[in-house]
Amino acid sequence: MPHDHHDHLSPSGHPYRSDDDHPLTYWQTMEIAVRELLIEKGVTTASDIAKQIDAMDARNPAMGAQVVARYWTDPAFAAALLADGAQATREMGFDIGPMKLIALPNAPDLHNIVVCTLCSCYPRNLLGLPPDWYKSRAYRSRTVREPRKVLAEFGVTLADGTEVRVHDSTADMRYIVIPNRPAGTEGWDAEALAALVTRDSMIGTGIARTP
Amino acid sequence: MQRVRVRADMPPGHVRTPTYLRGKTGLTERVLGPFPNPEELAYRHKGAALPLHRVRFRMGDLWGDAAETPDDTLEAEIYAHWLELADAP
Amino acid sequence: MGGDAAGPVPTDQHDFALWEKRVDALMVLCSGKGLFTVDGLRRVLEDMGENSFETMTYYERWIASVNQNLIEAGAYTTAELAAKMSQIKARGDTYGEASDAAR
Repeated sequence: MPHDHHDHLSPSGHPYRSDDDHPLTYWQTMEIAVRELLIEKGVTTASDIAKQIDAMDARNPAMGAQVVARYWTDPAFAAALLADGAQATREMGFDIGPMKLIALPNAPDLHNIVVCTLCSCYPRNLLGLPPDWYKSRAYRSRTVREPRKVLAEFGVTLADGTEVRVHDSTADMRYIVIPNRPAGTEGWDAEALAALVTRDSMIGTGIARTP
Repeated sequence: MQRVRVRADMPPGHVRTPTYLRGKTGLTERVLGPFPNPEELAYRHKGAALPLHRVRFRMGDLWGDAAETPDDTLEAEIYAHWLELADAP
Repeated sequence: MGGDAAGPVPTDQHDFALWEKRVDALMVLCSGKGLFTVDGLRRVLEDMGENSFETMTYYERWIASVNQNLIEAGAYTTAELAAKMSQIKARGDTYGEASDAAR
């Protein structure tokens, strides 16, 4: 394998949930069984599974941050992203598979926030796997009813007169919030701007960093 | 934008229409698709192609007096067979 | 779930264990082979009931659903799964021992 999945710390510095030195669980046993049966039946191969894991690990919020930074700096791209989010993202060179994407630009008087109340739909092919809280019962239950309280828990306070718009990702589309470009970044290039774009700012539970 | 009401049906099984939106009225913000009906895909059927509406609701229309900020909004994707035309208020 | 009362949004974050990443990969690969759809995955998750949120982790629910969808699709039989799970349990007491023994 190209890299070792058994490291104690991930690239993000979080510990991996240990799985090699705890008693084997029923569901882990099922995972091994399903995997081995699929390989024996020729449905997939160990190599394809490893490649799929590596492909998913390679997807991360930095990819979305590049999309946002380009939106801020390239008006033609911004128009293309709003017209067809998936196509514009692919043309930037990102392999997002069959994902359908809608970009949701914030405005001085509009703040977008994304939730999936029915499951955990997330633009995983662009941003990687969702954070644990995104999948939690609390986030999924409360965001559609009291988004401002949820935002406050994430430390986001909005200017008076700002409309909050919640997007419940109920079906086929996936969403990326385009946060407002921070003040004081006039003349910055896309690479410098991308460093200000956090994962949470693209879900709507955060805003872009200020320089 | 078109005024639509989400059907208030409560069938068992897999549907992609959140319970809290059933019976509520909103405005179609854009129409997407057609996409195969997930209610059929979930049971290994092919799924008839259906338009998918992005419907915008006012929080005040969803939660009444309990709304946190009534003029905030919520958008969700609703398949066409769950929607009926609604009269202007 | 949408609109229900609930406590604060939890902020704990873990990186996914290898077995969880494998469940995710199996879901993507089997969807790509037409063995089931994400709708089928969700249908079984919902049929497991709200209580499963309290008793199972995210990827525990996923592997249960992936397995049921694969059996429904005829990828393998319940008897084959049963025999394989017993065989795996006999390999060792930890995930590492049970998973790597066959490699």
